[in-house]
Amino acid sequence: MATTEQYVGQPMLRKEDAPLLAGQGTFVDNQTMAGMVWMELVRPPYVHATVDAIDTSAAAAMPGVIAVLTAADLEDAFPGGLPMVWPITEDIKLPTHWPLTKDRVRFAGDAVAVVVAETRAQAADAAEVVMVEATELPIVLDLEEAAKDEVVLHEDLGTNVVVHWSHGGAGDQSVFESAPVIVQERYEQPRLIPNAIEGRGCLAYGIPAAGEYTLISATQIPHILRVGLSLATGIPQAKLRVIAPDVGGAFGSKLNVYAEEALALALARHLRRPVKWIEDRGENYVATTHGRGVLHDCTLAGTEDGKILGMKFVELADMGAYFQLLTPGIPELGGWVYMGPYAPDAYWYEFRGIMTNATPTDAYRGAGRPEATYVVERLVDAFARRIGKDPAEVRRMNLHPPFTEATASIMGLQVDSGDYEPAFDRALEMADYSQMRKEQAARRESGDVKQIGIGLSSYIEMCGLAPSNILGALRYVAGGWDAAEIECRPFGQIVVRTGTSPHGQGQETAWSQIVADGLGVSPDDVEVLHGDTSVTRLGMDTYGSRSVSVGGEALRRAVEKVKEKARTIAAHELEVAEDDLEWSDGAYRVKGVPDKARTIPDLATSAWTAHALPEGVEPALEGTAVFDPPNFTWPAGTHVCIVEVDTETGKTDILRYVAVDDCGTVINPMIVDGQVHGGIAQGIAEALYEEALYDEHGNLTTSSMTQYLIPSAMEIPRMELDRTETPSTTNGLGVKGIGEAGTIASPPAVVNAVVDAVSHLGVTEVGKPASPERVWRAIQDARGGDA
Amino acid sequence: MIPAPFDYVRAGSVEDAIEALVSREDAKLLAGGHSLLPAMRLRVARPATLVDIGRLSDLSYVRADGDGVAIGALTRHHDVAASEALQEMCPIVPYAAGQIGDPQVRHLGTIGGSVAHGDPAGDMPSVLMALDATFVARGPSGERTIAADAFFTSLFQTALAPDEVLTEIRVPRAADGWAYLKFNRRAQDWALVGVAAVRSNGGARVGLTNMGLTPLRATGVEDALNGGADPATAAVRADEGTAPPSDAFGSAEYRRELVKVLVRRALEEAMA
Amino acid sequence: MTAISVTVNGVRHEADVEPRTLLVYFLREHLGLTGTNVGCDTSSCGSCTIHVDGESVKSCTMLAVQADGRDLATIEGMAGEDGTMHPLQDAFHRNHGLQCGYCTPGMIMAAASYLQEHPSPTEEEVRESLEGNLCRCTGYQNIVQSIMDAAGQMSGASA
Repeated sequence: MATTEQYVGQPMLRKEDAPLLAGQGTFVDNQTMAGMVWMELVRPPYVHATVDAIDTSAAAAMPGVIAVLTAADLEDAFPGGLPMVWPITEDIKLPTHWPLTKDRVRFAGDAVAVVVAETRAQAADAAEVVMVEATELPIVLDLEEAAKDEVVLHEDLGTNVVVHWSHGGAGDQSVFESAPVIVQERYEQPRLIPNAIEGRGCLAYGIPAAGEYTLISATQIPHILRVGLSLATGIPQAKLRVIAPDVGGAFGSKLNVYAEEALALALARHLRRPVKWIEDRGENYVATTHGRGVLHDCTLAGTEDGKILGMKFVELADMGAYFQLLTPGIPELGGWVYMGPYAPDAYWYEFRGIMTNATPTDAYRGAGRPEATYVVERLVDAFARRIGKDPAEVRRMNLHPPFTEATASIMGLQVDSGDYEPAFDRALEMADYSQMRKEQAARRESGDVKQIGIGLSSYIEMCGLAPSNILGALRYVAGGWDAAEIECRPFGQIVVRTGTSPHGQGQETAWSQIVADGLGVSPDDVEVLHGDTSVTRLGMDTYGSRSVSVGGEALRRAVEKVKEKARTIAAHELEVAEDDLEWSDGAYRVKGVPDKARTIPDLATSAWTAHALPEGVEPALEGTAVFDPPNFTWPAGTHVCIVEVDTETGKTDILRYVAVDDCGTVINPMIVDGQVHGGIAQGIAEALYEEALYDEHGNLTTSSMTQYLIPSAMEIPRMELDRTETPSTTNGLGVKGIGEAGTIASPPAVVNAVVDAVSHLGVTEVGKPASPERVWRAIQDARGGDA
Repeated sequence: MIPAPFDYVRAGSVEDAIEALVSREDAKLLAGGHSLLPAMRLRVARPATLVDIGRLSDLSYVRADGDGVAIGALTRHHDVAASEALQEMCPIVPYAAGQIGDPQVRHLGTIGGSVAHGDPAGDMPSVLMALDATFVARGPSGERTIAADAFFTSLFQTALAPDEVLTEIRVPRAADGWAYLKFNRRAQDWALVGVAAVRSNGGARVGLTNMGLTPLRATGVEDALNGGADPATAAVRADEGTAPPSDAFGSAEYRRELVKVLVRRALEEAMA
Repeated sequence: MTAISVTVNGVRHEADVEPRTLLVYFLREHLGLTGTNVGCDTSSCGSCTIHVDGESVKSCTMLAVQADGRDLATIEGMAGEDGTMHPLQDAFHRNHGLQCGYCTPGMIMAAASYLQEHPSPTEEEVRESLEGNLCRCTGYQNIVQSIMDAAGQMSGASA
């Protein structure tokens, strides 16, 4: 059906919902195959140890057991270790990372053997009786301790300090010594466990005689995973298909090439049976990548009246025990936003990546940018406190002036567009900022047990990963493009194949809206396929808020290609020159004779029958576009959090949360709001609840969802959202990306609010997460200081 | 995770259950399963036999009992929370039952199960301590009653013998002034610290959740109140005799200070 | 092995199960009802919520043998026989109450049980009713809104 309705910008309900609501999702654990066997990993008895001997005989004799294998048994299965694709410096030290460790374990998830059995319970039973003789070694978890190299994880590397990356600085560095006001702060950000509600899992199977294999995996990167697993297992890419079925959330934790995926494939090849592995939650906490885990020393140079002259950050970043896919590159991703939405004259950022006896870190919603934004926005508040000014006033006077064309920033990259003040003003207006300050003053005056705090966070982030030439300059081994194919089937249906790999972000809906507008059809007639390397040949998957600004723009360009070909056919059929046609009301129409028209469905049918195509025009109406973005995109915004802190117990309640974001043009406001809600909730979790904690043996004490505090609907407040729209100049859609903004903006807004609530008591720092005990302790310390 | 294998016996009566406990090695009672099954899934608990008493519907009741209320051990938290008899006679019990876990947990978990588990972080044990509740147990040699003060003996340990079944909990009328303050970081969590206060004879009885190896009475506070101290003054003694844990939720030091604040607030509420 | 007989979404099933079989795996692996998901080991996340005799329970914290003789309902039984969505399913769709969809069956089953007892809840009560269900995508805002919307639809329909 041709239609002229406008869909982009509308809150169209999602096409993805029906099967998920009916309990008919295709999550990997819902899939089963004849002859399928279960894989279970044997995790090590200690966090850091030499492996002296492994006795598999008892396990092998257990009911239903098919195989118990160690690294030695799988020597030939893996021509290469697990890939790391971002060696960010020339002299980075690269630890080898095998799917099963050989003679040493370095973290709690470092598997030493693998059991395969007929049922999942049998595999678990047998894994318990694999006897591992190991000699415990001293552990190191603290970053500054690890940097001393008294305990070295990888002896062949000689040090735990495996990478040092420096931005190199910009502007006159002398301000960090000579400015009238120098604020120096240290901020620690603990490790976080991503906690997609679906853990990881995979199912590997094949036609061994043909050497062909398929992996169904809970992954957000089927295309990248295929390349990585081909390198790890030696299965040629042409013989390896990766399918991402419905995926139950990821947040960066499924943006990887994991040991279990390589093992399942290798075992399917070795045993000639389908092999399934489903992660337990306890296993997820040690074997799936963590996020954050950084320590920043920060310097802000400014003037007494509030002008920010320079911002400088020196970071230690916890890499964990090995590099996973992107580990060393994550801090660097933040390295381009340490100026925030401000315009300092001097900039410095560097970090050292440190190996520790803990789970490897990698991307977690925001990846580098939340870490950066947290310290920037905490530091701006510290500056405002120092000079005795309102933090809102300090922010406003330092906001970068508006610009609509790509403009060079102090950190060295071009920012696509930006207009920060309208969002800032709107957020303060929605929060009723000045009234809240009055209420705060009244509470302080009355000495109420419960005090009010107001926290601000203004941010800029870098999305739309990424221009391939910049990635190359940054030593990332792949490109940052994405692809879309449009196939106009006869009689009206349109099939779209996208190289992005959505897992909750609603791209089947948003992509249908883009195509519907572009081709003058109903979104119901657009079928969006994704997440299968045999269906979508070209793609770079979904992460880093890149899908709409790279994959969506590829789709827009594919639409243009389809229309170009369609126009040639239309002109031929209507017997006019192409220049005599115009696209209006969802069809090519002869100028001045609008009833003489051809719709895309008409032309798709003509191209399919191919009975009377113009000379030189190939049958089939389709278009493919691969888009390599010329620049990143740079969303921005301001969030305001208002809290009430019980000064006796230290407990914080969020009274209001206001967010005004600018993600450029909006394709589907309902989906954008949903992304912001979820992102803010994850940031609130980071600010008040979540942290990975370890005991003195390096064992995770927050080892399940009963100790690792994912907040529920009772802890997360109702959020109040608004937007400004500053179109990006990086792509034709004008979009910037919204998947991570909430998580990037919210942690400092919340923690700033908590500190603000008790600052009149002398508190200047609480730490993250701002748990009741941390708040209580900060108040006690401040009072002790007064006494 | 899947539990390690075990034998399963379904008891048709309390006597059946006692017989199974007597005759089988390492047998554990399964009521609602909400303390036991999570531990079995993590394989930190691996009983050889589970004796399922979940179908003994004659142990699910709430009824007036003299000047108090008798609660069958297999009464679910959901039914305790909704009991009109308890709301009238002893409202702290249904209130605290409604604070346990989440709705799904309350649909399966039982008052007897959470008491017999002896978890000092459970809400109901400290409430029952504050109420001076009585526990009725049946074993091979018949029935006996155990006072709350004598029931909880150590961490996850109670005065129940291995072959005894907890059948009933008796609470006195206590509707004149009460408070249960559960302090936790998330609604679904166990209490970081909890305080149960029940007004009595001009003073109050105070039970503490998660302040030691067992649920505790705040005897220092009670003594101070009996000596005429006001709540704020009495509350300062809230940590006397406690040995709170340090864990991911909070340190012992913090709990010792927090409990004082909560006791003061609970007393002010109960004695208002 | 222990013989059990359960009714699931109105259909009676008899089976021999290992006593250690968790109810959720019985549903998923023996009966092929994979709509009920598993998200944790500790009865925390609520993804596995189903109804037993009309009330919400976490099917990962119940043995299949405990369900013997009981009447169970899962997400697969929520829609009408003609495929018409249950008002909660419809409200989740209209209010964008799901993103990845993994926690969704548990959320819907928890809400359905709650609304039976509390047909006209406040927003705060709805939030409280979800304390045992975790979602990592939505920030709960649209889930709460979906349930409020469904409550209105359902009480309107029954009035």
